[in-house]
Amino acid sequence: MAQFMSFTKTVLRNLFSKPVTTAYPNVPREYPERTRGHVEIRIEDCILCGLCMRSCPPGAIHVDREAKKWNIARFDCIQCGYCVEKCPKKCLSIVPGYTKPDSSKHTETVKKEE
Amino acid sequence: MAKRSVVPFGPQHPVLPEPIHLDLVMEDETVIEAVPSIGYVHRGLESLVKKKDFNEMVYVTERICGICSFMHGMGYCSAVEKIMNVEVPRRADYLRTIWSEMSRLHSHLLWLGLLADAFGFEALFMQSWRLREKILDMFEISTGGRVIFSVNKIGGVLKDMPEDMLKSFVSILNDMEKELSETTTVFLNEYTVRSRLEGVGIITKEDAIRRGAVGPMMRASGIEVDMRKTGYAAYSDIDFEVITSDKCDSLARCQVRIGEIFQSIGIIRQAVEKIPEGEISVPVKGNPDGEYFMRLEQPRGEAFYYVRANGTKFLDRMRVRTPTFANIPAMLQTLQGAQFADVPLLILTIDPCISCTER
Repeated sequence: MAQFMSFTKTVLRNLFSKPVTTAYPNVPREYPERTRGHVEIRIEDCILCGLCMRSCPPGAIHVDREAKKWNIARFDCIQCGYCVEKCPKKCLSIVPGYTKPDSSKHTETVKKEE
Repeated sequence: MAKRSVVPFGPQHPVLPEPIHLDLVMEDETVIEAVPSIGYVHRGLESLVKKKDFNEMVYVTERICGICSFMHGMGYCSAVEKIMNVEVPRRADYLRTIWSEMSRLHSHLLWLGLLADAFGFEALFMQSWRLREKILDMFEISTGGRVIFSVNKIGGVLKDMPEDMLKSFVSILNDMEKELSETTTVFLNEYTVRSRLEGVGIITKEDAIRRGAVGPMMRASGIEVDMRKTGYAAYSDIDFEVITSDKCDSLARCQVRIGEIFQSIGIIRQAVEKIPEGEISVPVKGNPDGEYFMRLEQPRGEAFYYVRANGTKFLDRMRVRTPTFANIPAMLQTLQGAQFADVPLLILTIDPCISCTER
């Protein structure tokens, strides 16, 4: 059966209630614990095996065994978590916090100290 | 005879979130014929099977579509699991069912919003999307992503939902139900909305079968077809009725989808009650060899996945038939004889997902 003014109640409630949206960026957003923001490495546990490099679907990770460097192209990473799953030493993890925007694509390098 | 003219519609049009082009052959204000052309967002994802191994393809298939991303990943994983004779743990099946129904919820709410936007009810569009936001938050809490979830893997799922999380989701959904019924009443009963939907875009039962419609489009024409009834994942343990309508018009499609929103909440509730304890994935060794057809019910209708493997880590062929692709002939049928002003609305009633269609 057709009704009239069935939306009025919602309209009135919205007029007198707080907004649903937040005042981002003045109020920063709190991310849940599982948010896949970016990949992090605990380099001291890394054995530079290169499994993450071979498993990465977009090919964002590059492991240089000679120079003992672990490189990641942040702009190529799709935060799928496949490297985290594959890592034999469990030194990779995905943590909340998205990477900052940038004007150029660059690679981030982590060097393994002796 | 009135003068005929051709009006191009799309690929850029305010009502279309994604590009599809239609040439509308008009006679005054009436559409005589609609000629579609697709291919604006073709990405060649299916041919990536030659370059990405079958495990990496899970992440590729997820990116076919931003709305049913979970179900795309799940369909592909299930097909490969069947080829490799992998028995997925029951808990993983239940988790997949819960996430599938959450996908259905947010997809249908998205569609309701877009529909409201198409007939010019901006405030109703905002209300629908406000409700959808809660589902997306639930996805972010449970999987870590709002659009791409990356929780499927061959052999199960990657993340578990602890009991308190499942309980909190059910209570969120219980609270949502009241707000939902308030919003959906506007869609179903409001005079202005009904005047736009009722009797518009009729596709009869026979036409729906002949044109091979799927999903809510088919069910709104009175045909009881739902792939969930085939009992994949945990649907064999879930008790639910297929929602249909005999009215065959746009309002019927709206009714079916609204019915499915409430049904999805019911299915999630049942699944949370019945979910068994145990492992969430099994280790998978070796490469697949063989072929399989996987059929599953996405929010937009039946999708199927064909996977052919050759015993190496690269698949021979992967093919996805998405629901929008099957619904386009039915959409063209509804456009014939429609008024020009109803065209955006009629395109929307099939819930088009062009990225799915073109892959």
